[in-house]
Amino acid sequence: MNVLVLMKMVPDIVEELEIGADGRSLDLDAVRPIVSERDDHALEQALLLKERNAATVTVLALEAPEVDEVLFTALAKGADRAVKVTGLEPAPATAAAAAVLAAVLPKVPNLMPVDLVLAGCQAIDDLDGVLAPSLAERLGIPYLGIVTGVTVEAAGGGDTASVLKEFAGGTRGRYTVCLPAVLGVQAAEKPPRYVPVAKVRAAMKARTLEEIPAGDGGAAPLVEVTAMTKPEAAGKAEMLEGDPGAVAAKLVEILAARGLA
Amino acid sequence: MTGNVWVLAEHWRGRLSDLTLEALALGRELASGFGSQLEAVLLGGGALAAGLGAADKVLSVDHPSLAEPNPEAYCRALAALVKARGPAVVLVPLSNVSADLIGLLPARLGAALLNFCRDVRVVDGKLEARCLLYGGKLESTVTVAAAPALVGLLPGARPAAAASGKAPAVEAVAADLPAEGRVRFEAYLDPAPGDVDVTQQAVLVSVGRGIQTQDNISLAEDLAAALGGVVSASRPVIDQGWLPLTRQVGKSGATVKPKLYFAAGISGAPEHVEGMKGAELIVAVNTDPGAPIFGVAHYGIVADALEVLPALTEAVKARKG
Amino acid sequence: MSLTMPVPAAGPTLTLDNLLDSPGGRELQTCIQCGICAGTCPYGDAMDYPPRRIIGMLRAGLAEEVLASDSLLFCVTCYSCMAKCPRGLRLTEVLLPLVKEQVFGRLPEVPAELQKALENTHRYGNPLGESPRKRSAWTAGSPVPVRVLATDSRPVDVLWFTECYTAYHPRGQDTCRATAKLFGALGVDFAILGHEEKCAGECARLAGETGLFEALTDANLKVLGKYEYARLVTSGAHAYDAFTHEYRALGLDQPVEHTTGFFAKRLERLKPLLTRKLGVTVTYHDSCALGRHNGMYDEPRALLAAIPGVKLVEMAHNRVNATCCGGGGGGMWLDTFFKARGQERLADRRVKEAVATGADVLAVSCPYEVSRFEDSLKVLGYEKRMVVRDVTELLAEALGAPEAA
Repeated sequence: MNVLVLMKMVPDIVEELEIGADGRSLDLDAVRPIVSERDDHALEQALLLKERNAATVTVLALEAPEVDEVLFTALAKGADRAVKVTGLEPAPATAAAAAVLAAVLPKVPNLMPVDLVLAGCQAIDDLDGVLAPSLAERLGIPYLGIVTGVTVEAAGGGDTASVLKEFAGGTRGRYTVCLPAVLGVQAAEKPPRYVPVAKVRAAMKARTLEEIPAGDGGAAPLVEVTAMTKPEAAGKAEMLEGDPGAVAAKLVEILAARGLA
Repeated sequence: MTGNVWVLAEHWRGRLSDLTLEALALGRELASGFGSQLEAVLLGGGALAAGLGAADKVLSVDHPSLAEPNPEAYCRALAALVKARGPAVVLVPLSNVSADLIGLLPARLGAALLNFCRDVRVVDGKLEARCLLYGGKLESTVTVAAAPALVGLLPGARPAAAASGKAPAVEAVAADLPAEGRVRFEAYLDPAPGDVDVTQQAVLVSVGRGIQTQDNISLAEDLAAALGGVVSASRPVIDQGWLPLTRQVGKSGATVKPKLYFAAGISGAPEHVEGMKGAELIVAVNTDPGAPIFGVAHYGIVADALEVLPALTEAVKARKG
Repeated sequence: MSLTMPVPAAGPTLTLDNLLDSPGGRELQTCIQCGICAGTCPYGDAMDYPPRRIIGMLRAGLAEEVLASDSLLFCVTCYSCMAKCPRGLRLTEVLLPLVKEQVFGRLPEVPAELQKALENTHRYGNPLGESPRKRSAWTAGSPVPVRVLATDSRPVDVLWFTECYTAYHPRGQDTCRATAKLFGALGVDFAILGHEEKCAGECARLAGETGLFEALTDANLKVLGKYEYARLVTSGAHAYDAFTHEYRALGLDQPVEHTTGFFAKRLERLKPLLTRKLGVTVTYHDSCALGRHNGMYDEPRALLAAIPGVKLVEMAHNRVNATCCGGGGGGMWLDTFFKARGQERLADRRVKEAVATGADVLAVSCPYEVSRFEDSLKVLGYEKRMVVRDVTELLAEALGAPEAA
């Protein structure tokens, strides 16, 4: 079974995000990139399929700052191949990225056809598109998202997957999906595994990343960002000051006034 | 930009979602802005059409593959309708039931998408939206001029549209869907009974990443016990396996409307806020003064939850005597 | 000469032959199997492979069984076994880090909290997952101005390496501000690295993540190499250990001191400034890194004794016999794991002993201990009977105008 995992870099929101001088884009100098969290789960799910079904796992990402370490980390965790799509920097917005990937995947040597494409079901910068379903549309294959479990029968009947999709309140739906398909992963069946730093460093020395040029950068976005601001968040709540004891005393009064304490 | 305003009427297990009614309220404003009609698209769940009186018309599509949420069937049916009828805008509620459409539909139609919208208006004949990105930390003002435009709508944009009292006009639309699609619903797996139903609680003490360790959850349990409530959590805590899935509040968890929602160490990303913004009283504790949770809380404390929780538990117990 | 062993690439069975490559390894062969190491281990009940057994298994060619077990996660690298070994074998310095490294590499799953701490340390330079840019945020509340070398790189006398918990944790920041106040009172010329500082990495190393330790030493030595300073002073007890041993072997030349050692050396000048009477009974907890490993038992006690109105009492286990808080060797992030295996928190055990002295204050000198012991006091219900203070906090409190008589 051949599994393709798509990974992308997004701004790390542990850091403060600053707005650029033009008032409508991120100050990229202040941004620290991190792999999209759901993509990490997609990789973990792929590695679980590798363990259970002896699948071959290829990881692919668009060129971006610090993406090399993400790809080497994927190799160190057990992915078989890592491919970087070069020539487009900064990486395009999501809708265009889907077009770029759809065009470039057939050109990657010995890659297509794959049985499964796994990617995060969403990312924090998905403004004008969501990568996994957009790609599914362009490839003409089915999509299911918010996925929290994937099983492919190893012996025979390898043309469907049994997929768990998450709904509210802990309920999950079991679906049968015809392969090949794209699955948008919400959470892998296990949390993403740890890989010792020494193994990643060893991968950086011993392995190579395949590179393939992007071709053209996809169409311009259909939407226009005219401004970017920090939401007037903290203004709304009435802030209570003081040490924990003082705050607790104030809170108890507030709760008591509503019959809650 | 001209054309009707459509709302995808989202339903699950026999009920229309609250988000659908919020979308209808917003949709009505947009329809006025365009001088056009507000229509609800109901895929499956035909009996629920009666609850969509806030729309001028319900386009009701029925087919066996629409009996349960099915993004492939939804996309095919809705795309065909959009191509045939040419609405200006389609509002899609952002919840697990409909979320896949946000990615599929714009790609199928070659249409524009505005995702994570917390507000949408018609400005100079164009659609202008405020979209929350980066876990709620930044807001982009985004415009689009070409129809159809698809809008992924976050909860809280408008209060739910009131029931209009009159039954809506319903047009039954035939669905051109295969008998068996490439994605097939099989069954629901409900969580084991016996655990707590957070949606039925008057008081929730909810923990997020700021609780730091599984052990610290006992601090929340102490407060919950003192207040007669239970502990719930945001996704990161559930992902760690520290509490069962049934305790999760948010987009993938439960939507709760308790009398008190105490958010301890929760940052307040939209996916979580969606599940609790309807609480009567929201108190949030977070060490980050810029945490988005303070935008939805009634009272906020910039402090370490690990300190405030026990202090409050003690104060509550002291009051009880 | 480095005390750490190079990691065999694909992990062949660790044998005595491999160990023999170092002088420490040859030493280990002289173990007499007396079992004092097992007897003194604070997690002896859970430790399937104390040093005695590890050495025995190595001799019998059964190392793989040791390395396949996760029992060594219970080793909090407290140096007790090494301190008590009648042969003076450098167990915690040579044998245990090697074994723990192999164990860590073989774990099918790393306990979640530890995984998070290591990933955070790798990405953000601190286990708490805070932005590196906020590492000097504590200086906003500092009673004296604090120079950050990145903005003002002139030569400085003391390069103060604050370490992670001290810089980011609210209680650690109290220690930072107290330390800055003391530096100010003594007219010390000091500066910090601020956002350029990364975790010294000792606990990552002793949890078995030697690759992460290497990455941290590379980064820290590069940054340290940019600046001119006469001495390195650190608030971190584990950091002190790392700088004194590992970093020294990697080329760090400047003298290294822990803040307690630094202030103890200057006690003659400091004592007259300690004018406020504190009026408390204090019991001092010897941190494993400073105490057992580096013999610094007297310095913190001298400091405490110099504070007016402080009465010192000793716990039943003190100095070389002090019992570990459980935070070393990865233990700081393994309490959930330990609990799942039915083991008591070592910090709880220690706090019970502290409370038994009747003291008002439990004084410590390692940043982990403040949060661990305060947690234990809360859990055990003793938070009204006793508080935890870093030695520098007590000293800083004693600085200032004398109490009215």
